Amino acid sequence: MSLDSNWSDVPGLRGRFLFLSAAAIAILLILVMRLWYLQVISSERYHALSEKNRIRILSIAAPRGAIYDRDAHLLVENRPSFTISILRKEAGEDDKDQILALLSSYLDTDIDQLKKRWKEGKKYSSYQPLVMAEDVSRDAVEKIQENAFNLPGIITEVRPIRSYPHGEMASHLFGYLGEITEDELKDPLFGDYRSGNFVGKSGIEKYLDQNLRGVNGERLIEVNVKGKELRTLKTLEPQPGKKVYLTLRKDLQLAAEEALGDKAGAAVVVNVKTGEILAMANRPAFSPSLFARGITAKEWVSLVKNPMHPLQNKAVKGQYPPGSTFKIVTALAALKAGVATPSTSVFCEGKLTVGNRDFRCWKKHGHGQTDLKKAIRESCDVWFYKVAQDLGIDKIAEMARDLGLGESLGYSIDAEKTGLIPDRQWKKKRFGARWYEGETAIAAIGQGYVLATPLQLAVMTAAVANGGTVFKPQVVARVEGRDGEIVFQYHPEMLREAEIPAAALAAVRKGMEAVPNEPGGTGWASHFDEVRIAGKTGTSQVVKLRDDKDLKPAEIAYKHRDHALFVSYAPAEAPEIAVAVVVEHGEHGGSGAGPVARAIYAKYFGLEKKAVEPVVDADALPAYDGD
Amino acid sequence: MFDRRLLTHFDWVLLLLIFLVVSLGILNLYSATSAWETSGVPIYLKQVAWLGIGLIIALTISAFDYRHFEHYAFVLYGVNLLLLVCVLLFGRTSMGATRWLNLGFFSLQPSEIMKIVIILALARYFSENGINLGYSLGQLWVPFLLLGVPALLIMKQPDLGTAMLIIFIGMTMALFAGIRRGSLVILGALGLASAIGGWFLLHGYQRERIHTFLDPERDPLGSGYHIIQSKIAVGSGGFFGKGFMQGTQSQLSFLPERHTDFAFSVFAEEWGFLGSLVLILLYMILITWGIYIARRAGDRFGMFLALGVVAMMFWHIVVNLGMVIGLLPVVGVPLPLFSYGGTCMVTTMIGTGLLLSVSIRRFMF
Repeated sequence: MSLDSNWSDVPGLRGRFLFLSAAAIAILLILVMRLWYLQVISSERYHALSEKNRIRILSIAAPRGAIYDRDAHLLVENRPSFTISILRKEAGEDDKDQILALLSSYLDTDIDQLKKRWKEGKKYSSYQPLVMAEDVSRDAVEKIQENAFNLPGIITEVRPIRSYPHGEMASHLFGYLGEITEDELKDPLFGDYRSGNFVGKSGIEKYLDQNLRGVNGERLIEVNVKGKELRTLKTLEPQPGKKVYLTLRKDLQLAAEEALGDKAGAAVVVNVKTGEILAMANRPAFSPSLFARGITAKEWVSLVKNPMHPLQNKAVKGQYPPGSTFKIVTALAALKAGVATPSTSVFCEGKLTVGNRDFRCWKKHGHGQTDLKKAIRESCDVWFYKVAQDLGIDKIAEMARDLGLGESLGYSIDAEKTGLIPDRQWKKKRFGARWYEGETAIAAIGQGYVLATPLQLAVMTAAVANGGTVFKPQVVARVEGRDGEIVFQYHPEMLREAEIPAAALAAVRKGMEAVPNEPGGTGWASHFDEVRIAGKTGTSQVVKLRDDKDLKPAEIAYKHRDHALFVSYAPAEAPEIAVAVVVEHGEHGGSGAGPVARAIYAKYFGLEKKAVEPVVDADALPAYDGD
Repeated sequence: MFDRRLLTHFDWVLLLLIFLVVSLGILNLYSATSAWETSGVPIYLKQVAWLGIGLIIALTISAFDYRHFEHYAFVLYGVNLLLLVCVLLFGRTSMGATRWLNLGFFSLQPSEIMKIVIILALARYFSENGINLGYSLGQLWVPFLLLGVPALLIMKQPDLGTAMLIIFIGMTMALFAGIRRGSLVILGALGLASAIGGWFLLHGYQRERIHTFLDPERDPLGSGYHIIQSKIAVGSGGFFGKGFMQGTQSQLSFLPERHTDFAFSVFAEEWGFLGSLVLILLYMILITWGIYIARRAGDRFGMFLALGVVAMMFWHIVVNLGMVIGLLPVVGVPLPLFSYGGTCMVTTMIGTGLLLSVSIRRFMF
C-alpha cells in the first residue's frame, strides 16, 4: 500500500513543509496588514463614518386589503393615522421617566400605561421602534413635534389604520384586529410581522389575514448621533393587501340591521340557488374601529360584560331551539315516510295526551279539525304531536340532517356551531338513557334538545325553497390581487341533496305560503300584496315550563321571554332568497321576527314604501299571532 | 479494543486551540445577537449545543484509525457525487440556489460533505501515486477529474463559494504533491484563461458581487451595502475596540448576517485591532500546528489527509476574513469555529477529528 516505511525521507519534503507554513503565515499576515490599515491608519475616518452614518431600517406597514360587497361597494378601507413610537436606545433608561411623563401629558394618557408598554418592549431590540400610542390626534402630534428636543427617540409615523365607513355594519362578519401576540409572532405563518403589528383576530380579518395583510415595505434612513432622521436613503414601497369581495349586499345588510334595531338577534339572507350569503346581520354589534386603534381595557370589559353579547356572531354561533319553524322538517319527514298525507286531519282540542302526560297546543281552546296546510298556517302543535307519534324521532332527525341541520355547514370564516338534532342513538350516548315518546312530541315542534343556528335555519329554508339542495353557505365571492389577478373565486358548492318527494315539498310549501298570506296565518306581519312570501313562524321557549311559578316576575321580563323566529323565502312561486330571523326574547315569531324579514324583502323587492306602512288593519290581524 | 495510546498520544494542543477559537466565537455571538427579539433558544446557546455535537463527532472520528477512510475514500467519493447529481435533479431550493436534499427528517447539503470527501479521495490518490520529480500535466488528469466533476456540479447549484473552496483545497494538495515547473506555468495560464471565460458563465448576482467588490460605492445600499458597512464596523473599532457589546455599528440592525458570515466584523468592531490580532494569531497557530501534524504523520495518506483538512480550514478563514475586510468579493463563506451555523461546525469538526486521528497515530507504523 504505502510506498515505503520511511516515506518522509523523500528529498525536498522538509522544504515543502517549510514553504507551506511560510506561505500560510504570509497570507494571514496580509490580512493582519489590512486590518492594521483599517483599524489603525484609517480608524479615525471610519470612526467618524460610524458616528455619522447610522442607518436604520424602518418598516412601513402595508395597508390591509379593502373589503367590498358583491357590487363593489366599499365596506372596509384604511385611513392614515399617526403612531407614536419610541426608540428605547435613544431615549435612554435614565431619562425615560421624564420622557414618558411629557409624552403622557401630550397624549393625554395614563403614564402607567406608557410605563407598562416600555417594560413590555424590553423583550425586543432597543433599536426597534416600540409603539407607544396608535391613532394619535393631529393636535397631540403637533405638540410632540414642537417639543421634539425634549423627547429624544420619539418617532412619529403615519400608518394606515382600518376604517369602517358604515360604522358597526357587519362587524361580526368582518371581525376585528388586534395586536399580534407573542405566540403568533413565533408562528411561521406570521413571518414578516413584528411586535406592535395588527392582525385579524376574528371573522374575515382573521380568516383571510394572509390575503389581506400585504407585504410591509422598508425605509432605510440615515440618522445622526441623536437619532434624528437626516435623510431617507432608500424606500421599498409596501404592497397593499389583496381586495376581498363578499357575496354580501350592502343594502340588504343595512336593512336587516336596521330592522333588528335595538333587539338582540340575527338575520341571515341567502341566495336559495347558490348558498351565497346576501346579508348576515347581528345585533347588538360592536364598533370594529375601537379595535383598529387598539381597544382599551375599559372598552373591552364593557363589551364582554354586556348581557346581550355584542361580540358574538349570533348568526353562526348562536344556538336556539328552532321552535315551530322546525315543523317544516317534521311535516316533510311525515309526508316522506307516508305516516301522513296533506289531507291527514287531526282534531285539535288544545292538547294531546301521550302516555300519561298532556301536551298542550299554544292555542288553549284548540284549532278544531286541522289538516296539514292549516297545521302549518296556524302552527297547530297537536297535529304535529300526533303525527310525530307515528313517525318516531329517528325519521325526524334524518330529515333534519338532510336539510343541513345538526351538522357543520362548512362555513369557514368563524367556528360555526353545529346546533343539535337529537335521536335515539344520541340520547343513549349522551345520557345513557332511552328515548321517550314524549320527547318525540317535544322535538317535533322544535323544542327540547333541538338546537339550530340562524345560518342553519336559512340554509334549511333555502333547501325547502329550491327543491331539497343544501348549499354550503359562502360569503367570500372573490379575492383579487393588486393587479387584478384572481386569487380566489367563489363557486356554489352542494353539500347534500335531500330526497323529498315532490308532492311532499309542494304540500309543505303551500302551507308556508299560507302563513303570511291567508287569514289565520301566524305570519301576517310579513305580508305583502305585491310579492308572495312563504314562511314559518316560531316561538321558542327559553325556559322549560315557563309557567313555573317559582320564577320572579322581574326576570320573566326579558331574560326568560321566548325567542321569536321567522324563516321564509320569496317569491313563493319562484324562490330567489331565503331569510331566517331570530330575535332573542322577541316573544312571538310573527310579531317579533316577521317585521324584520318584511323589511329585508321590502329592500330586496324594492317595496321600501310598503315596509313602513302598517301591514294590515289591526282588526284584521288574527287574535294571537304567536306560535 | 480500546488502545491506551489514544490517550497517551492525544493531541491536547489541537483541542485547546479549537476550544479557544470557539469560545471567542460564542462570546462574540452573545454580543452580536443580544439586541434580537428573543423567541426560543438564543443563538449563542444554540452554538454551544453545536459545539457539543461537533466535539462528539470529532472525538468519535479520532477514535477510528484514519486508514479505514483511506479504504473507503473512493466509495464515499462516488456516493457523494451521486448525491450532488440528486441535488440538481430534486434538491430543495432556497433563496435562488438548490443546495439541499430533503431527507424528510432533515436536510442534507452534499456540497458541504464534498469538502471532506474530496480531501479523502485526493489524499488516497496522491499517497498511492507518488512521483518524486513532480507531476506533469499528463499525470494530473485523474486528480483533475476528481476535483473538476464535483466542482462543476456545485457551481451549477449555484454555489460559487463552495466550488472555489473545493478547488483551492485540491490545488493546495496537488501543489504539495509536487507539480513540474513547466506544468505549473501552463496551469497558471489555464487558470487565468478560465477565470476570464468563467466571467461570462457567472450568474447575474455573482457578477454583481464582483463588480461591487471592485467598487462598493457603485451601489452603496444594494449589493455594496455589506462591504461598506462591514468596513466601517471593522475600521471604527480602532486599535482597542469599542468594548464588548458596545459596537454601535453591529448593535444597529444593519448587517443581516452579523451572526454568520459577518461575525468577524462584530468582533473587530468591539475588540479592535488587538482582538483581531489575537484571533488571527490563534488561527495561525492552528494552521501551523495542523501542518506540523501532517509533517509527523505516520504515513503518506495521513500526511495528505492532514494537509487537506488544514487547507480546508485555511481557505475558509482567508476567504471569509478577506471578504469581511474588503479584500475579496462577498461569497457566502462562514468563518470556521467562529460564525454561527451547525453545518460549518460539523464539517470543521469532522476535519478536526481526522486531524486528531492522524496526530494520535503518528507512531503506529
